[in-house]
Amino acid sequence: MSALLRPADARQRPALRQRVFGRRRVLPGSGLSLGFTLFYLSLVVLIPLGGLFWKSTELGWADFLRIAGSERARAAYALTFSASFAAALINGVFGLVLAWVLVRYRFPGRRLLDALVDFPLALPTAVAGLAYTALYVPQGWIGRYFDLLGIQVSYSRLGVVVVLTFISLPFMVRTVQPVLLALEREVEEAAASLGAGRWATVRRVILPALLPAWSTGLAMAFARAIGEYGSVIFIAGNLPRKTEIAPLLIVFQLEEFNYAGATAIAVVLLLASFFTVGVINLLSRRQQRYG
Amino acid sequence: MASHSVGAALPSEEPRQASTSVFAEPAWVRLLLIVVGVGFLGVVVILPVALVFEQAFALGAGFYLDAIRDPDTVSALRLTLTVAAIVVPLNAIFGVAAAWAITKFDFRGKSILITLIDLPLAVSPVVAGLIYVLIFGAQGYIGPWMREHDIRVIFALPGIALATTFVTFPLVARSLIPVMQDVGREYEEAAVSLGASGWRTFWSVTLPQAKWGLLYGIILCNARAMGEFGAVAVVSGKITGKTDTLPLRVEKLDKAFDTTSAFAVASMLVALAVVTLVLKVIVEWRTSDHESGPGSPAREHV
Repeated sequence: MSALLRPADARQRPALRQRVFGRRRVLPGSGLSLGFTLFYLSLVVLIPLGGLFWKSTELGWADFLRIAGSERARAAYALTFSASFAAALINGVFGLVLAWVLVRYRFPGRRLLDALVDFPLALPTAVAGLAYTALYVPQGWIGRYFDLLGIQVSYSRLGVVVVLTFISLPFMVRTVQPVLLALEREVEEAAASLGAGRWATVRRVILPALLPAWSTGLAMAFARAIGEYGSVIFIAGNLPRKTEIAPLLIVFQLEEFNYAGATAIAVVLLLASFFTVGVINLLSRRQQRYG
Repeated sequence: MASHSVGAALPSEEPRQASTSVFAEPAWVRLLLIVVGVGFLGVVVILPVALVFEQAFALGAGFYLDAIRDPDTVSALRLTLTVAAIVVPLNAIFGVAAAWAITKFDFRGKSILITLIDLPLAVSPVVAGLIYVLIFGAQGYIGPWMREHDIRVIFALPGIALATTFVTFPLVARSLIPVMQDVGREYEEAAVSLGASGWRTFWSVTLPQAKWGLLYGIILCNARAMGEFGAVAVVSGKITGKTDTLPLRVEKLDKAFDTTSAFAVASMLVALAVVTLVLKVIVEWRTSDHESGPGSPAREHV
């Protein structure tokens, strides 16, 4: 609430305004823009999110743990987190190769491919889910090859990993790319002139320099994946304790009008997201310092 | 962990190794990496898109046209466009205000503010829908009061618009902030010191420099607003012909085993994504075109 009141105060009391903005302020509109920003942020994001945490306190510890820690919920968290991590790791390997290829090599169609990296950000997740499910069923374009190996992808946990890989692809590539671009060729040349072979240069010079951005990308891909709902429910099969993700469990609770149950699981998921955001902030701060 | 990342950038006593090329990878390695990288992108991104169009037209163009002209699909399209028309301007205005406050002034707690603005991106869309159900739903904080006064938010347009606003909240601000940061404050400060008003400065100095960043943010925000599924699924109630958006319509058709129609509707959303990307490429091309101008983002600033 205090965040809401601040802009009005700031307009009337220059002392506070000076305390917030410091002395040097040439441009106009500080109160208006910051005030509107805080007002809108509070109205759309902070107050509703606060309401969620407030609601969860109505439960009490015992009930909270009983719902949020039930066997079914734990299975859902396990799937959500492990599939998200697996997808982030797949992007950590192939997304890194893709970023490298796009930055370092020149070949026909490179700019088109570069633009396509953003496709998962622009494509509605329901469409991704629909298309991926059809691709990976046993008769599908890709699923038939997995079928030959006796592996089921659609309607299995593997399907969840596959579609999350799509969803989180841009986060890895777009985080590593600018760092790779900014990496100075002189450093590599110095390593080479000091006698390092190309592989040694890559391993000892380039990869360590990429590590902060890579871990940030990994964390961002993970953060994106744990909240994902639309694409996953198409491909997962949604069997309780087997292929049921945590966000889906929230929807089930809501459909039964069990607001408290939905809130408990949402709080767990939200805390996991906030923790990941904290890690990302920490990592990117390091990146700025060293990168 | 990071302390050795750049510290190790100059290995002084690297053991000598025999190598064909010291400055670049051998040709076969390069080719292999290109095949792996491009192949990965092909399997992950291009194949699904191709499949959508193949499936959408599986029963012929006539069936496709019937599917997208279905009254319930048309009403879903109308609702999707309405929601975007409400959400995008709101988030654009917010994005401009937030970017102005963050890039043109120094104040305490700025990094916290930036983190808070980014917060919705880390929140699961389902949770984004849930928080509004908790407020406006039948058993929500002010739900009963709203029902008495006959105001419908959940299972109606306002709820869908609110949840969509939350999910796309930071997109304009995020694409605007780096551009306005790179431009700096000098031009605006010069304009103000020469007697221009705040609005005048904004319209004739800031906006021309930041317009491509703003445009890209609006494009992306629009794409995400039209395509949002999870948050909207929670608040919309999925009433056919009334509160179904296009993505919800895709799900409903798919659940009804009307697969070809589902893909036909999906193809409209793919087209939206393709248009978004094309516009994005044009915007990027324009910004790099004007690199010599004062409004160009500094290249070394990553």
